[in-house]
Amino acid sequence: MILEKMALVGDALSHVALPGLALGITYHFDPFLGAFAFLFVATVVVWHLGRVTRLSFETIVGAMFTFALAIGILMIKETDLLEALFGDITKVTMIDALAAVIISAVAILLTKVIYKKLVLGMISEELAISKGINIARINLLYLLLVSLVVAVGIKIVGTLLVGFLVIVPAAAAKNLSDNLFRYATVSALFGTVSAVAGILAASYFNLSTGAGPLVVISGITVFIVTVLIKWKTK
Amino acid sequence: MEKDNDYVLKVSNLGITLQNQTILENISFKLKRGTALAVLGPNGAGKTMLFKALLNLVPHTGKIEWAGKVKIGYVPQNVTANDIPISVKEFLSFKDHADIEASLKPVKLEDKHITNKSLGMLSGGQLRRVFIAWALADNPDVLLFDEPTTGVDLDSEEPIYATLDDLKKKKKITILLITHDIHIVREYSDYFLAINKCITFFGESKEIMNPEVQGLIYGETVCVGPPDV
Repeated sequence: MILEKMALVGDALSHVALPGLALGITYHFDPFLGAFAFLFVATVVVWHLGRVTRLSFETIVGAMFTFALAIGILMIKETDLLEALFGDITKVTMIDALAAVIISAVAILLTKVIYKKLVLGMISEELAISKGINIARINLLYLLLVSLVVAVGIKIVGTLLVGFLVIVPAAAAKNLSDNLFRYATVSALFGTVSAVAGILAASYFNLSTGAGPLVVISGITVFIVTVLIKWKTK
Repeated sequence: MEKDNDYVLKVSNLGITLQNQTILENISFKLKRGTALAVLGPNGAGKTMLFKALLNLVPHTGKIEWAGKVKIGYVPQNVTANDIPISVKEFLSFKDHADIEASLKPVKLEDKHITNKSLGMLSGGQLRRVFIAWALADNPDVLLFDEPTTGVDLDSEEPIYATLDDLKKKKKITILLITHDIHIVREYSDYFLAINKCITFFGESKEIMNPEVQGLIYGETVCVGPPDV
């Protein structure tokens, strides 16, 4: 998302999941399924509108997310609102954790399959098209992968903060990377460190809805350190 | 006598219309194997669109006939590499079965120090040469360059064109290049095609220095028929 200059798309997209979460909570089915369904539909709509109107993804998602956030807040009971917005790690079951691992593995695998085409499209769309790459299809698959990853993170950190997981570890890694391999591995490392540190801190302070904010604070701390390192080594 | 297989490309009555605007019309020319053809014209003349049509990137009318099984390498005008943490080696490895060292040798960038550098850290000239290496990785028969020295300082321009000239002579690669520079047309191409939505002149490169010819290219547009090559 950072390389595509769509960081805020990743953040705003997570808010679109809120009505889906609300439906899941209200009608007693897995909120993840509701969140993913809404994210999936929103992704396809954003992709299609982007092709038809030539508006940037950021503009379209910006228009959609406030609408979805408003609808979602009206649909969710006040007692469940905090959990939907900030997540609750105590509600994550073993099955949820296993599903998250499997979904993440699938997302990593699919990203590995398309990343060359994606990066080539970022460097030069003309070059990519001249090599027979279907940019529209790759963009759609990419947005769907982002939706999948966002949906997985929502249960732990909530819709308001899951954008952090999409943006900040990668932004921090970019400060220290001059090649793609390092960028990918360091992003994953920073994401893991932020998540583990935040969850451990929440457990220590006994804050069930505090895991999300503490994951964010850990991650921002990592980001600040990388900024200082980059500044010092300039 | 010239034979058909002397030509690697034949374009007949090429036309491009986008959003009801005529971008190009009645473009016809032939490109001889192993030669360099410069394409020039004022801004908005349709030069880049011509290349896009040759690569089948835009809808068009007319006929574009490449010689059978010809491999085309393309270096676009606009590339963005500043914000992407990708090394030269990684970028070239995007081409399947690419021999990275062999691709970088013709453009004199084999130094390990360069191959491990991020694309964003290269100078304008070095970046252009990496993209030429990318285009060369497939052993192409034809190279299309859209303004190869955009964003490159004057000192770095000559080495790039010298590299292209070298490729043409040693590897017998046919070259099509878009340029604004009359000096480059004279020094590094065999023929030139001037367009401004239609063909305004076609001739041998030495003719570019003729002021009358320059007037035809950059003055009031007068379309001419298909060149007799």
